[in-house]
Amino acid sequence: MTDVVEQSELEAVDRVIIRFAGDSGDGMQLTGDRFTTASAINGNDLATFPDYPAEIRAPAGSLAGVSAFQVQISDHDIMTPGDAPEVMVAMNPAALKSDLHLLTPGGTLIVNNDTFEERNLAKAGYDYNPLEEGDDLSGYRTISVPMTSLTKEACKELGVKPRDAERSKNFFALGLVSWMYSRPIEPTLDWIDQRFAGKDQIIAANKAAFSAGHIYGESAELGDQRVVVKAAPLASGTYTNINGNTALSWGLIAASQLADLPLFLGSYPITPASDILHELAKHKAFGVTTFQAEDEIAAVGAALGASYGGHLGITTTSGPGVALKSETMGLAISLELPLVIINIQRGGPSTGLPTKTEAADLLMAMYGRHGESPMPIVAAKTPSECFFAAIEACRIALEHRTPVMLLSDGYLANGSEPWLLPDVDGLEPINIEFDTEYNHIGEDGEAGYWPYLRDENLVRSMAIPGTPNLMHRIGGIEKEDGSGNISYDPTNHAHMVEVRAERVKRVKVPDIEVAGDPDAEILVVGWGSTWGSITSAMGRVRSNGHKVAHAHLSHLNPFPKNLGEVLEGRTHILVPEMNLGQLSLMLRAEYLVDAKSISKVAGQPFTAGELEQTILEYIEGKSKS
Amino acid sequence: MTDVMDSEAVPETTRADWQSDQEVRWCPGCGDYSILTALQLLLPDLGVRREKTVFISGIGCAARFPYYMNTYGMHSIHGRAPAIATGLALARPDLDIWVVGGDGDMLSIGGNHLIHALRRNTNLNILLFNNQIYGLTKGQFSPTSETGKITKSSPVGLISEPFNPISVAIGAEASFVARTHDMDRKHLQEMFARAHAHSGASFVEVYQNCNVFNDGAFAEITKKDARDDMLINLVHGEPIQFGSEGQFGVVQSVDGVEIVNVSDVGVESLLVHDETRSNPSTAFALSRLASRPNTATPVGVFRAVEREEYASAMSDQVMGVTEERGRGQLKDLLHSLPTWEV
Ligand SMILES: Cc1ncc(C[n+]2csc(CCOP(=O)(O)OP(=O)(O)O)c2C)c(N)n1
Ligand code: SF4
Ligand SMILES: [Mg+2]
Repeated sequence: MTDVVEQSELEAVDRVIIRFAGDSGDGMQLTGDRFTTASAINGNDLATFPDYPAEIRAPAGSLAGVSAFQVQISDHDIMTPGDAPEVMVAMNPAALKSDLHLLTPGGTLIVNNDTFEERNLAKAGYDYNPLEEGDDLSGYRTISVPMTSLTKEACKELGVKPRDAERSKNFFALGLVSWMYSRPIEPTLDWIDQRFAGKDQIIAANKAAFSAGHIYGESAELGDQRVVVKAAPLASGTYTNINGNTALSWGLIAASQLADLPLFLGSYPITPASDILHELAKHKAFGVTTFQAEDEIAAVGAALGASYGGHLGITTTSGPGVALKSETMGLAISLELPLVIINIQRGGPSTGLPTKTEAADLLMAMYGRHGESPMPIVAAKTPSECFFAAIEACRIALEHRTPVMLLSDGYLANGSEPWLLPDVDGLEPINIEFDTEYNHIGEDGEAGYWPYLRDENLVRSMAIPGTPNLMHRIGGIEKEDGSGNISYDPTNHAHMVEVRAERVKRVKVPDIEVAGDPDAEILVVGWGSTWGSITSAMGRVRSNGHKVAHAHLSHLNPFPKNLGEVLEGRTHILVPEMNLGQLSLMLRAEYLVDAKSISKVAGQPFTAGELEQTILEYIEGKSKS
Repeated sequence: MTDVMDSEAVPETTRADWQSDQEVRWCPGCGDYSILTALQLLLPDLGVRREKTVFISGIGCAARFPYYMNTYGMHSIHGRAPAIATGLALARPDLDIWVVGGDGDMLSIGGNHLIHALRRNTNLNILLFNNQIYGLTKGQFSPTSETGKITKSSPVGLISEPFNPISVAIGAEASFVARTHDMDRKHLQEMFARAHAHSGASFVEVYQNCNVFNDGAFAEITKKDARDDMLINLVHGEPIQFGSEGQFGVVQSVDGVEIVNVSDVGVESLLVHDETRSNPSTAFALSRLASRPNTATPVGVFRAVEREEYASAMSDQVMGVTEERGRGQLKDLLHSLPTWEV
């Protein structure tokens, strides 16, 4: 194609945010995903945000059924899928109605005008056609395209039935947007071949629609719309575009190899965690066993049973499932067995917002069990970092014989970014050795085995079933330290409660690093997926000459040893969280500091703009509360 | 590590080798004692290793069982033993796993886990000690307590209908289902040995007397002098016949099975017991002969059919895929999506 030649002549922009919005049945996730891959191959840095409804098939054309995919592509390092899109594709009136307010003033709106007929308009709640009347679209540059009819037209020759051809209209949109951003064509055509292999009619229709979209851009005098986003100067190496759940699954497999233990996943399907079950189920060749249990309680129980048998026991779920697992987590704490509980958080309480993001399970992870039952907590901060967070959670669980909660969320789970693939040989092995010998001489002088003898980190000895001579019983009733025999002795119980607390405190956690201006008066403390928005906001604030520091927690229990020091002497400590202030509560309790909560619970991540605004308010002293 | 051992002969053991050093703490006279003794006496004859044997239990009096066995064991949480044991069995098909629990543990709070464990047919020996009461929590009704029963939590009489554990197990697609009782060591051992020999999930209901909160619940059928007339001993390949003189029998009827006088129908008309029928209807019908243990009640093996064992099928899948694709390499996995160079 001629694209390569043309690129150099086109206006270059440093970044662009595009949002594809349409009906759930319009294939917007696929379209967005494909555009992302083409951009990744083009060398851009990028970040994505799939934003889709909980209903599988909400009534066609309804507001509830709008499914969107936002992607930011850039020629430099970026952290988020961007705040306000500059380009929006609206495939139907409902998409326009629900998402138009997001489009940046002056932005480009591409609409499929074929769908703007009475019935669809009514379903979206319009009693007029906004493409023709009213001033909804004023202030935007609107490109109104009859995508459905042009797609049907393009497929006519192919003998594809019009109704089937209509389904390819998302490829028309993809073709048009690909043209606008000078994406190479071939990779997408090849991908269509692979993705729809065996369905020749569909391949032909999709390719025809894609080309028609591309040609439309070329011929419809949209030339001034065409720009190029150059490759980002990323560190050299091999990249792949990865979402959080895939990275997390791969991290679990990596951990299993690093520990040289087979991986056992017990799980019960729940959005947005199910994809980890799906991904791991594909990788049996890594010695992975996936067990879809009858419920979450059985899932965590089976994982604990596998851990007891010497495997790496893992369970994946989302908030409601964690609630069901809490008794078994308590058992794992009492048994002192390794176990990794993965919570891909979503909006709550109850069923809440299954497909929308929130990070309001921190206090549940920390305190959501009966009795004094502390558990280490690890949180991932970006989609690709989910890989390392998974390894870290498994490492702590195995090396410290404890259940560990790993927190991710819907935003990380489904969002994707280019990932510079790590050197797998450089990953540190996980040390776990099971006992094979007696470890104790009894009062009678006989050698025996005590399951609760501890090392300097208070990690207990562990012999797995099948080991000759070391037979012993463990259980959830309070046990005597050392022997593990049932004990109702009050002082022993007090001692065991202390030991379990101290065990978690002795988990080694790297010191927290302070980004930005380390000594700034204002410190932003974050955890989890807010990293991207905070980092972007920080960049903006600092480029305006202000000083601000950022500390991001990957370990929520125990906290890094230097956290107290880092918090000391700040004028303001700001804690942005997708909850009503859970980390700020923990910081206040632990360090007696005035940690101010900046909260957002709208099922959507923070935008960098929102955080920039808030930080500036503190800098300018407007918000002193 | 243990593979080397496996090729060696299993060492001879005695009952004492299977007893842990923990003092047994059931109420004096509790039926659990005789079950424990029966199993500890049987295990030396099963040709198994102590270190390969694991007892997993939930919570309840019955669930204290693992503490008394000199094997590996886990006393877990109420109702969840079948789930935990399933994970262990999937991870470690080399182990011999027993699950022990009471009627509340396995049919109330853990009912869901029990039916799915049976349905999946994982190699577990599941022993349900049915005393028709909550023992450990001191005497509330259980899902097997009879309608009308007066207990602490049903002072005016229990309203609901009980489960018939054998019917539940058969309905849950169990491949091995048996019933025995705590007054007959030989029969207990025979059922335990059969359950152990079966590949897949084996379910054994043990009528167990709780002499503190539900004394005599099974006395009408298990008392020595009542047994002949009240216990219908199911023997594979034999006509189903009972009574001190063999005067009673079981025949197929329009909607199941019924008890008849042998003199009325002749021995040749009696139903010949066949544990291996793939259709569970007759086994189910047999389980319905007695709605309460105060009329003639079948004991023995109701059903023993061959069905794919879940854990081995699961590990076959893992091995099959591994053989087909070769052992997974982490580096290849990380490169399995489209990649590009910078
Ligand atoms: C989650 C939970 N709920 C309730 C209990 C209290 N509890 C302990 S054992 C039990 C019932 C025991 O009855 P059963 O299972 O029949 O055993 P038995 O004591 O009769 O042998 C109950 C309700 C508990 N330990 N855990
Ligand atoms: S309460 Fe009943 S079941 Fe429990 S130990 Fe005592 S007699 Fe046995
Ligand atoms: Mg009971």
